[in-house]
Amino acid sequence: MGRTRVVITGIGAISPLGLTSARTWEGLCAGKSGIKRITKFDPAKFTCQLAGEVEEYKIQQYVPKSFRKATKLMSKDIELAVIAADEAVRDSGLITKAIDEQKINVNPQRMAINIGAGLISCDPCELAPAVAKSLSDGKFDIQKWGKEGLDLVTPLWLLKYLPNMLACHVGIIHDIQGPSNTITCAEVSGHIAIAEATEVIARGNSDIAIAGGAEAKVNPVLIMRQCLIKRTTNKHNNDAEGACRPFDADASGSVFGDGGGIVVLENLDNATKRGAKIYAEVVGTGQSACINPVYEHIEPDGYGLTIAIEKALAQANISPKDIDLIIPHGTGIPQDDLAEAKGIEAAIGKETKRIPVWPTKSMLSNTGAACGGLDVVAAVLAIRDGIIPAAKNCVKKAIGCNLNIVTTAQKANIRYALCCGYTYGGQTAAVILKKFEN
Amino acid sequence: MTQNGKKERVVITGIGIVCPLGHDIETMWQALLAGKSGVAKTTIFDASTFPTTFSAEVKNYDVAKFVKNPDLHKNGNRGSKFAVGAAVQACRQAGINIETENPTDGIDRKRIGIYLGAGEGAANHDAFFGAIAAGWDNHTNVMDWTKWADVAAVQMRAMHELEQEANMPAAHLSMLTGARGPIRSCLTACAASTQATGEATMAIRRGDADIMIAGGAHSMIHPLGQTGFNRLTALSKRNDSPQTASRPFTASRDGFVLGEGAAIVILESLTSAKKRGVKILAEIIGYGSSSDAFRVTDMHEEGRGAIQAMESAIADAGLTYKDVNYVNAHGTSTAENDSIETKAIKAVFKERAKQIVVSSIKSSMGHLIGAAGGAELITCVLAIRDGIVPATINLNDPDPQLDLDYVPNTPRKMQVNIAMKESFGFGGQNNVVIVKKYQD
Repeated sequence: MGRTRVVITGIGAISPLGLTSARTWEGLCAGKSGIKRITKFDPAKFTCQLAGEVEEYKIQQYVPKSFRKATKLMSKDIELAVIAADEAVRDSGLITKAIDEQKINVNPQRMAINIGAGLISCDPCELAPAVAKSLSDGKFDIQKWGKEGLDLVTPLWLLKYLPNMLACHVGIIHDIQGPSNTITCAEVSGHIAIAEATEVIARGNSDIAIAGGAEAKVNPVLIMRQCLIKRTTNKHNNDAEGACRPFDADASGSVFGDGGGIVVLENLDNATKRGAKIYAEVVGTGQSACINPVYEHIEPDGYGLTIAIEKALAQANISPKDIDLIIPHGTGIPQDDLAEAKGIEAAIGKETKRIPVWPTKSMLSNTGAACGGLDVVAAVLAIRDGIIPAAKNCVKKAIGCNLNIVTTAQKANIRYALCCGYTYGGQTAAVILKKFEN
Repeated sequence: MTQNGKKERVVITGIGIVCPLGHDIETMWQALLAGKSGVAKTTIFDASTFPTTFSAEVKNYDVAKFVKNPDLHKNGNRGSKFAVGAAVQACRQAGINIETENPTDGIDRKRIGIYLGAGEGAANHDAFFGAIAAGWDNHTNVMDWTKWADVAAVQMRAMHELEQEANMPAAHLSMLTGARGPIRSCLTACAASTQATGEATMAIRRGDADIMIAGGAHSMIHPLGQTGFNRLTALSKRNDSPQTASRPFTASRDGFVLGEGAAIVILESLTSAKKRGVKILAEIIGYGSSSDAFRVTDMHEEGRGAIQAMESAIADAGLTYKDVNYVNAHGTSTAENDSIETKAIKAVFKERAKQIVVSSIKSSMGHLIGAAGGAELITCVLAIRDGIVPATINLNDPDPQLDLDYVPNTPRKMQVNIAMKESFGFGGQNNVVIVKKYQD
């Protein structure tokens, strides 16, 4: 008995380039940048004052009427997941409870969900009145907080910030009753969520899975955190478009942003039976970790990434010769980019010169747990349209990076595409998609 | 997969724990069987004015007692440090070398994975609240982000910020063990480590790893964690009697008791365990996961998701409801959970429901949130080993609506062949793992 085949039948994205996968893809193909000066809060005192913000939307438009009240319990991370999932489910042609309660064409118990999430930070303004009540001589007084401040915190406050609430809200909206998980591996969460959801279908625990990731990084606490860890660029506050420069000699750090990328994964038999359009097949996934005592960065040779890619190739039963596109993590952090380039090179060997490598964060920004979902959506569309857009801001390749970074857009028959990622803390993942053939 | 294409059997070859009842397996187990409580006045921060003033803390813990290179873990959050201590114990028992670049245990590091259900590290609260206080104008209700950032940039520390991330306990364990197989971390609230153990089992079954270091690590005993749970009215407020506050299945239960800790199990393919000749403690035979898809605030009234998770775990194990001896309950001591969990057990076990032995060790240990399921699974392994089921303590006034055999107050000597560990997360994510006495 062969492995159950798992295909992608729906895609959804929300990113600094647009509220849909189509707009995001247009922006990527046009080489637009979604990175701008932060407007959500005054960033004047932050070393990096740039981010990828998502344009305005009305969350009520993305949920059924009966669920509108529950949108009050949604942090932005949850909203991004709900919006991307809404697009992905509609795109797949599946009729869940949210789409049309009268015409449901899925078995809720055979649907799974796995949405990667970040460590959600609350909105400091939301707690500020309670903090103001808890001051003694201008300093925070925990006893006052316990006695008085705490009562000013809205009762359901915590529920907005639990990472698993992304999957819970999306699951309730679409009535998903099967296996449900929330991968919390920081910037590689989206990749791993898609890998694991594929496994859930492959082992027969569900026929359909909603998988990907979402995160709202544009929050003063999170941006300050990345600034302090020195993962952000501080040299481009007057040049937003040129700020994030994956694999470029002048790269000086990453730029963070908001986003969500979600796909509908489906057992091939199920997809074929209902005549679904099939974008691509998930043929191989692999996972490992980088081990580095300086764990805010990955190890200098990116070995953990090499292992993940080798495992994915082995599972897909292909060699690097078959790969026609790589979307790397490519954060714009020089030492991580270099380590990633080495890790990829070690896995693909002689094919390094040939295989086009297309980093997306110069345009999409670094959306944390959403990265994997957004990159998989981008890879799916590249396969569909036979186009590899140009990498932005990689003008002069960094010394030591031997990857074939795509500097001009090109037409390509993409047989297999590889998306890979890693995170501070070391976890790595690789996902290989195949152009669909019966 | 094994060479003949069959799914690998998955066994447990090591266990380790750091919890409110002790920093090693036997201390915890003896305390549990003696009916001790790990609950006391909170000391990690000043909770004296909070609606709840107590919790189940891990006391006097020092990660340096477990490792040669404590510097590597010195910045770790409480959960990460607990995870390291628990993993050291489990790895020793299973014969897995740690803290070395040249292991002599013969295990390929690419074949060792990690799967934790782990939570966030506590914020640096002085910086967090201090920056808000500095930036907020209480008359205009406007935040001045420049004033906020002036304080935040000075008081927030880079490493502390990094260590808050939920993937950090897993990061510390990969540094500790050199594991290069699938390394994952999930956070499905109170069900996280049961989920992690279940998914880790699947990773071995499908052949992605020979060994998975699985379990959980978490501490939410911090001001924002407790604020959140107090505002949800989820915590017991029995401040005059902390040790009797966690009282699952009683008529007078008024909420759960926040705990903390880490629990690690070494899962291994039977093939690998036999090849290495290590002692097998038990076998994991079933895993089920489901979602309520009901409300983020409440469990489904009839326990629909809980039932589905239990039934799919039973089916995955190739059993029927007639085969299970012992249910280690989620049993949080909240009005809602204990009543719906009881309903769900009745629905699954039908005419056998009242013969099923059910107990909640949260009565002793408190609720370890992300780490709860892992700690509780370990007690199932010990129940199988020693032929004794830990009690639900503080059960003196049973809720008349709840009429199962909850093993009140005294542990029960009995042969346990098959035990079920169930965990239900806030928001409706449910996970169940079934563990069996190992037989060749």
